[in-house]
Amino acid sequence: MRLALREVLLAVRRAPLLSALGVITIAFSLFAFGLFGLVAINIRDALRQVESRVEIRAFIADATPIEAIVTAVGDIEEFPEVAHVDYVSPDSALATARRELGEFADVFEAGVLPGSIEIRLKPDFRDPTSVKTVAASVAAYSFVDDVRYGQDWVAKLYQIRTIATIVGVVLGLAFAVVAVIIIGTTIRMSVLAREREIGIMRLVGATDAFVRLPFVIDGFLKGVLGGFLALALTWLASSLIDRALGFRTVFFSPGFAALGVLGGALIGVAGSAISVGRQLRRI
Amino acid sequence: MIRLTHVTKEYPRTGRALDDVSLHVAKGEFVFLTGPSGSGKSTMLKLIFMEERPTAGEVRVSGINSATLHRGDIARLRRKLGVVFQDFRLLDDRTAHANVAFALEVTGAAEPTVPAKVSRLLTHVGLASKGLAFPKELSGGEQQRVAIARALVNDPFVLLADEPTGNLDDRATRGVFQLLREINAAGTAVVMATHNLELLRRSDFRTIDMLHGRIVSDTGDSGAAERAAARLAEDDAAAREIADAREGERTTAARPWTPA
Repeated sequence: MRLALREVLLAVRRAPLLSALGVITIAFSLFAFGLFGLVAINIRDALRQVESRVEIRAFIADATPIEAIVTAVGDIEEFPEVAHVDYVSPDSALATARRELGEFADVFEAGVLPGSIEIRLKPDFRDPTSVKTVAASVAAYSFVDDVRYGQDWVAKLYQIRTIATIVGVVLGLAFAVVAVIIIGTTIRMSVLAREREIGIMRLVGATDAFVRLPFVIDGFLKGVLGGFLALALTWLASSLIDRALGFRTVFFSPGFAALGVLGGALIGVAGSAISVGRQLRRI
Repeated sequence: MIRLTHVTKEYPRTGRALDDVSLHVAKGEFVFLTGPSGSGKSTMLKLIFMEERPTAGEVRVSGINSATLHRGDIARLRRKLGVVFQDFRLLDDRTAHANVAFALEVTGAAEPTVPAKVSRLLTHVGLASKGLAFPKELSGGEQQRVAIARALVNDPFVLLADEPTGNLDDRATRGVFQLLREINAAGTAVVMATHNLELLRRSDFRTIDMLHGRIVSDTGDSGAAERAAARLAEDDAAAREIADAREGERTTAARPWTPA
């Protein structure tokens, strides 16, 4: 191991530019991927915020006894799709309307607005089918006059989310493949630059594992360094965007960032092992 | 120790390099492989240190059989034999000492024993004072000595030398050859591919003469060395004629035109 580390250091000292180029190439490939990831998680976050506004509102007939409403609210809360249920009495509906309408507050008179039950759904159940199912169940209560949930709006939102997911996965895969190809080529270059050395190692009786180890360590270090550099660049880009646009973008969670660096290391190790393996099969 | 049995080697692009060759090299022998370029000398050496595998036939070297060879066997075999080439194949960014030490280290030698062993080997090849020199600071002959020292690190039973004097002047050639003789006298077999007529003439070692991938003659029998030498001399004469002719053309072409 010590010998392998020494060989890695020697290779870096011998061709510092090639090593630096390797790290930078890995960093920029992962940076491009990271930027894409940043856009993707921000779009996802924005959609989630919009989705959280998906609600079902059941209007209640006048003179419904409050006991019946309370029982119904308890029942609805037990639905697996439901996150939160609120009863809005006619008085509080009027107060809210007056507050929101400001100067036109006087147009409402007491008793004009019906009472309602507001139902918010869990994140996984905000698709049109689930919303419709819950709405139908709520409409079945005899004292419910009408149920509204913005059917068209929910369908459209769901469509946008589906498109964003598909585009995200396809683009993400494309970015990942491009990153792997670029990183693989860079590592292959550094292996080819040491072709002669590999030949001599084999000639004097080095085992495949012995020849491979320094390259794998080299790939690992370049991957980790490139990963950290990419992370720093992505963070910098995110801060610049925040500053330029004046709002706060979502950044990767620490776990996700660590996963990115680990991914870089993994590509470095796999790329090196494969490249040296190909080289070894030739000699 | 080394046995080739009906060995044929074909390359996909260039065709047959060896054609039904059988050969046995005994322990401690010194063998010359001679023949013109492309006659199969280097291929034979590559088959012996298992860089290549035969298309047909079988190569056995120190108990390792080409027919049943595993990848791991190659490393094991190469720790038991030494190989030197015309182009030395040293690592340019390491000193002579580090080049030799490298061969010991990659085979997992105990670290504290390495410097002493390397120094002893460099002394053995006459480079005791050049251990800290880089290959570019050494003459061709000296570089080849470093390569030989490297080939000897694991006390090989055979040293394979592919045109080891091909890039050297007469004096360096004599020195390297003398070194190979000493190594052989100490008990290591030597198989040396060479074009060098002088070396063949000056020694009475077994000589295997090759042409078009076949063994044309093999001594033991005393005449073969002379026959091989005679053929090489003819080749030399022919080569000289061609060179002279080319030189003549160049001289003619270079002469300025003068009106008759």
